[in-house]
Formats: sequence, structure tokens, C-alpha cells
Amino acid sequence: MILPFKIAKRDDVPKNKAALILILSIVLALVLSGVVLLFFGLNPIKVFGTIVTGSLGSAMRIQQTLIKAIPLTIASLGILVAFKMKFWNIGGEGQIMMGAFAASWVALNNGDLPSPILLPLMAVAAIVGGGVWALIPALFKARMGTNETIFTLMMNYIAIKFVTYLQYGPWKDPAAKGFPKIPAFSGNAVLPNVFGLHAGWIIMIILVAAVFLFMNYTKKGYEITVVGESLDTARYAGMNVSAIILVAMSISGGLLGLVGMVQASAIEHTLTWGLSSGYGFTAIITTWLARLNAITTLFVCLAFAMLLQGADYIQLALNVPSSVAGIVEGIILFFVLGSDFFLRYRVQWIGLARARAEADGLPLRGGAAE
Amino acid sequence: MRGITKSFGSAKANDRIGLTVYSGEIHALLGENGAGKSTLMNMLSGIYRPDSGSIFINGKAAHLTSPKDAIAKGIGMIHQHFKLVDVLTARDNIILGGGSGFFLREKELNEKILRLSDQYGLDVKPAKKVYEMSVGEKQTLEILKVLYRGARILILDEPTAVLTPQEIEKLFAIIRNMKARGCAVIIITHKLGEVMAISDRITVLRRGEAIATVETNRVEIPALIEMMVGRKVDLSIKRVRYEDRKELLRVDGVTVINHEKKTALDGVSFTLHGHEILGVAGVAGSGQKELCETIAGLQEAEKGRIFFENENILGKTPRDIIRLGIRMGFIPEDRLGMGLVGSMDIVQNIILKEYQNQRGFILRRGPSVEKAKQIVDRLEIQTPSIRTPVSRLSGGNIQKVLLGREIDSNPKVLITAYPVRGLDIGASYRIYDLLGEQKGRGVGIIFIGEDLDVLIELCDRILVLSGGKVTGILDAAQASKEEVGFLMAGGAA
Repeated sequence: MILPFKIAKRDDVPKNKAALILILSIVLALVLSGVVLLFFGLNPIKVFGTIVTGSLGSAMRIQQTLIKAIPLTIASLGILVAFKMKFWNIGGEGQIMMGAFAASWVALNNGDLPSPILLPLMAVAAIVGGGVWALIPALFKARMGTNETIFTLMMNYIAIKFVTYLQYGPWKDPAAKGFPKIPAFSGNAVLPNVFGLHAGWIIMIILVAAVFLFMNYTKKGYEITVVGESLDTARYAGMNVSAIILVAMSISGGLLGLVGMVQASAIEHTLTWGLSSGYGFTAIITTWLARLNAITTLFVCLAFAMLLQGADYIQLALNVPSSVAGIVEGIILFFVLGSDFFLRYRVQWIGLARARAEADGLPLRGGAAE
Repeated sequence: MRGITKSFGSAKANDRIGLTVYSGEIHALLGENGAGKSTLMNMLSGIYRPDSGSIFINGKAAHLTSPKDAIAKGIGMIHQHFKLVDVLTARDNIILGGGSGFFLREKELNEKILRLSDQYGLDVKPAKKVYEMSVGEKQTLEILKVLYRGARILILDEPTAVLTPQEIEKLFAIIRNMKARGCAVIIITHKLGEVMAISDRITVLRRGEAIATVETNRVEIPALIEMMVGRKVDLSIKRVRYEDRKELLRVDGVTVINHEKKTALDGVSFTLHGHEILGVAGVAGSGQKELCETIAGLQEAEKGRIFFENENILGKTPRDIIRLGIRMGFIPEDRLGMGLVGSMDIVQNIILKEYQNQRGFILRRGPSVEKAKQIVDRLEIQTPSIRTPVSRLSGGNIQKVLLGREIDSNPKVLITAYPVRGLDIGASYRIYDLLGEQKGRGVGIIFIGEDLDVLIELCDRILVLSGGKVTGILDAAQASKEEVGFLMAGGAA
């Protein structure tokens, strides 16, 4: 087959050019999303505009956007620690649910403890809950080399169904007149507001800094990176690879578990089966887009939270299904991942005529014959 | 081939190369790693397409867009790593991908295969399964496979790398036979001795350019090296003998079953002294890797003991063994696979062996930055900065980073496997010098090597492995290549 262009590997791309390619890919993604919207009979300019006004247009909407950014960022940090080790933890949803479950168990049984004691207890429980849930696949991976992708994915369903069972069964609120819900937490178990936003944002900022420092400036962070880059090198350097996998996954799961605590305490005021709202999956996208850097993760998550909030808003304002925003998300990810190809290869347009000539073996130029 | 150019990124792998090969000729393609030999041949066999330039076969322009095209035009390539299906018989491997007709006419095929092997003097049993074959047999089968498909131009990529000297002789006989029958044979290699022994003409490539094509009987080895390297190279290895050698490491009856459930080491025993380089010779896959890994604590052993300064270290963790002063500079085929992290810079790679001695939780880089500077200076490592990811350095410099780090930690035992693999000649000799220096400091060195000439020149003693067994330990000063080769093939047993 004769193609009118050539593909060649290229050397490292300078940073500003790489950024340009990235921005270009996002612009292209938006253009293509626009075409898809047109196809649905929607005005893309209006939809995009409404997404922006819907996420930033008023103090209340900004608050809603931030409320979505908090769990997304913390979840992304958890995913980051695992991905840095090339441990493909796609069990974020389950780890969030188990964290929420553990926090709720503490909150429901100790409702009369004062907040300064109860909230940290809930957080610790959530970290343990999420951590243990992540530790199970990690143990199997470290001991038997099982595939963590399938394993962590399946653990999601177990966790979600377990919480559903609690909600419809043993934990059902008898006072709810048969309505399947778990009793609400006491006021002591709810995260307080700080500057008009629940205190989760403080946790988020601390964790961004902590994860950044941990990955870049500690021995454990270094070990995790080495294990991710080359297992053989890690073993050769005398690292205890199994132990590192277990530690990293407890941290990863612990962070995701904390997301569950924040959501249960600040948003839902109880445990519900829909509490994870897909943050565990969306975090995979944001972490990847942020190229596994904790600081970048914060900004990517803020942008994605806008998209999520905007999606909710267009549903109300334009009567458009929020899945439209899901399509936009997917297209952006597709383009950004695709842009990697252009970072690695140079595509050169040579035209059909020349391609044919070359294929026929006619020396065009530089053909110093023997 | 005329004016062939192929670029990868900004690097020109082939720059306007012209190559003419006649029928009934054995043509050697000589050059250091990265000179562009394999790239050129991959274009001839249809795997790559040239950016510009053209290929003529029997005087006609040919556009080869796939290996299938190349086969149809009578070009067959035998790769360094065999492309055979282990569980199938020789016959099935031969017809695989041939695809003429739906039914297999077994009898006819058998006859055709036998006729071909008779013609070319190949010894292949059609019904034998590939996994039962020796390396030499597999290679013969590969050759038969391309001949069966009607190849008249054969390309052999580093065909002797995995063979014992005796098997190499057999292979050369086959190649001469093919020449007699009018085939054109192209051999890619960097082993000069073999080039002189087998080829009619030689084309030397250097950095993607064809330097010269010469007739073999009119050229001497030093001239060839000069063409390959681009300058004169001093090819002598200094070997100093030390008398006050004391035992450092004693390996006693070590048996290892590797992860493929094969016995990789079988009752291996030897001693290593200070002030000594102990060479390990053997066909690839004779247990060298397992030997290194067992000493370094990366591989569990079934039986045996390893004494280091009278302490049994078998069963200790790699970390403990590193603390005792045993350093392994194990360089596998993909140099970066074990020992270095490609995406990290020199400093971070040096931390790899340092950080465990640091106390506390925080990673300190300061001392390693100093060390990195020292190592870069001392070993003359060519790098833009100590912050450059090591994967962007050239092979020789990567090797120097690895070796520099291990030497810097004042080891007592140093294990190096194929430390010069992929290096140009100058860099190789720099590495030999460094090893010699370490030996002078009293270090005991285990040197896993490929090139028998180098092993004999550099080492004090040579241990020969064959199928996981030690078939002999020779005094290098008195050993001959034939002797080592005989032991590599299994010796008297």
C-alpha cells in the first residue's frame, strides 16, 4: 500500500513543543466533541459555554465544582502512587467504598464522640478500610504474580455490592419507613465548613504536597519509582520488592479510602451504595493526564471537576443528558493519549506522487549510486 | 543496493550506502554495534523500507515492502534469534507460512526436504521436534527453511554468537557449500577472525556509512579495525600476575533449578581469589546468568554452599550480600534491564546502591551528586550532564556508569557479565583496563565473557560451563581456544 506520508521516530521533543502538541490535542478534542454535539442536534458553542458558566458562573457553582475537585484529586493521588509503580490499580471505586464503609461504621457506632476525636478516628478507619481492600490484590500480586488489573476491578463490584447489601439489609434505617437508606451520621461526624467549603479541601492540599514530597524526596518514594521502572533493577539493588508493592498499595488504597470518608462525612452524611460516583475511575484519567505528577494532578482535577459540574448543569439548563460531558471526557483522553504518538514520531507529508516514485525504486535525491 | 538511506529520528542509521553482492560469493558485512549493518539487511529482507535509494536483484529494480516480497525475490534472512516454533517438527517449521495448497502432502514434502538437505550437506531430521534440537541443529533448520522457500541470497545475522567453535566449523562448511551452489551469502558479524576465515569480500560500515569494500585475501586485521573504528587502536591487554592470592569466594556444589524448571546449575564448585580475574566461558544459556544471580542472592539454590570469607552466604538476601562487599555488575542483553533505571539520571542511578545506607526516611542526594561528578570525570563518561537520563547515553557510557558505580563502592568481589557487549572496540579496552585496575587493588573478579580470545588474554583462569556443569577450569595462560571450545561442547563427558 502506498501512503502519502512517512513516519519516522524522533528524538526528544523540547518542552514547549511538547506543551503545544498537548494543547493542540485538547483543542482538537474539543472540535471533535463539537462535531459529535452537532450530530446530536446541539449547538456545541452553547453547550461548551454552558459548561463553563455552569461550573464557574456563580459562587455556588464554583463551590459545587470544588466539591467535585476534592474527592477527584485525593483519589488521583492514590492512583498516582500505584501507577508510579506500574501497578494498575483500577479498583479505586471499591477502595473508596470500603473506606466509606469503615468510616461509617465508626461514625454510626460512636455518634456521641466529640468531632475532634470522632473525625480523625473515621479517617484512620477509612485509610485502613481502603488500604486493606487494596492490599488483598497486592498480596496476591507480590506472592503469586496475579494480574492486578482484573483483580482490582473485580474487587470494586464486591465492595459496591457489599455496601448495597448493608443499605438494603442489616444497616437499613428502621425509621425510614421501609425506604432503603442507612441512618444519617450525627452532626459530630460531619466535616465542618472552612471558608464556605467543607474541610476536605484542606486535606486535599496537604495531601497534594505530601504525596509530591513522598514520591520525590523519600527513600520509599524512590523505591516505588525504581520498582515501576525496572523490577529486575530493584531486585538487583537489594530492594524487597514484595514489601514495596505492599506498602505502596496500602498507601494507594488508604488515600482512596480517605475519599470515601470525605464523601460520606461531608456530602452524603451517611453511607450509600452510589457514594463513589465514579471518582475511582475518573481518577485514572486525570492521573494519566497529569503524567503522574502530584502538583499537576491538582490542576487537571480542577479542570475535570469543571467538566463534571458543567455536565450536571447542562442537564438542568439545556435538558441535555450529562452523558454528553462523558463523551467529551472520553474524547479528550483519547486525543491526549494519542498525542503521545506525535511526541515520539515525526509524520512527514510527502505527497502521493513522490511516495509512488519511491516505491518504484527510482532514486529521487541523495541517490549517490555506487 | 544503491544509495540506501534510512533515518531513525535525527540519527542516520544508513547514509547512502551502496552494496553489491555477486552469486557464488560470501560477503561479510563488518562494523561495530550501531554501524548500521542490521538496518541495511532489514531493508534487503523487506522488514524496513529505505527512505531513499533502491535495491536491484539480478539487475532488476525491486521494491520490497514486506518480508514476503523479499522471500518471493529469493532473499532469506536468518536472524540472530531463531524464529522457530518449539513444539512443531522440523518439517512443520519449514512449511509454516509457505501456504501452497490446503492439504499437506507429507511424503512429497519429506522427500523434498531430504533432497534439499542432501544438496547442501545439511543434516536435518524432518520429524524431529524443535525443542529436542541443539542450537546448531536449530540453525541448520533455519537455513534449510529459507532454502526451501527458494532463497538464493542468504543473510546470516551474527550466526556464530550462540555456537561452540566446533559448531562454527560445521556452519562454515555449510556456507561454503551454498557458495559452491551459486548462492550469495551475506554474513553480518563483528568477529574479525571469522570474517577472515570465511568471506571472499568484506564491506566495512561505520556510523551508517560504507567505508570500503575490500577483498579478504588482500587485507589484514589491523587495517580492518582501523576502518571499523576510524582510528588506530591499541589492542593489547595487560595481564599482571599477583602471587599473594588468598581465597575470597568458594562455591561448593551449587545446584539451581531456574524458573523454567530446568536444572540451570548442576553441582557447580570453584574458588575465586583476590587479585584474580576468573573468566567464565560457555555457550549462551549454559547457566552463566544463574551463576551470577545465585552469588548475588537473587536466585535460590536447591543445594550447595557459597562461602565468602568463610561465611556461607547462600540464602542471604541481596541486601545482606551487598553489605558484605559483593558487587554484581550484571549486564543482560538489554543493558538497562538490570542494574540501571533508564529514565533516571546518573545521580539517581548512583543513589540506587547508596540510599539503603542512609538513615531515616528522607532521601539525600548531596553525596551522590559528588560521586556522580567523580565517576563521570574518572571514567571519561560522555554525557551532557549528570542530570541526563542514562537511557540517552551511548552503550559504552551506560556501561561505564554501571561499572563506575560498582567500583566506587570498594567491592571485594565484582561480578561482570558481558561487560563489553555492544561496546565499540575502544570502549571495550577501556573496560578491560578498569577491570585490571580493580584486580590490582585485590578485588576478585568473575568475568562472564563471549569472546574466547579476550577471555584467554584477560583472565587468570577460565572456568567453562556446559549445560550448567563445570566442564573444566583452565589456566588461561596455557589454554587454547580449541581446548576451551571442546569443554564448552561438554568435554569428555
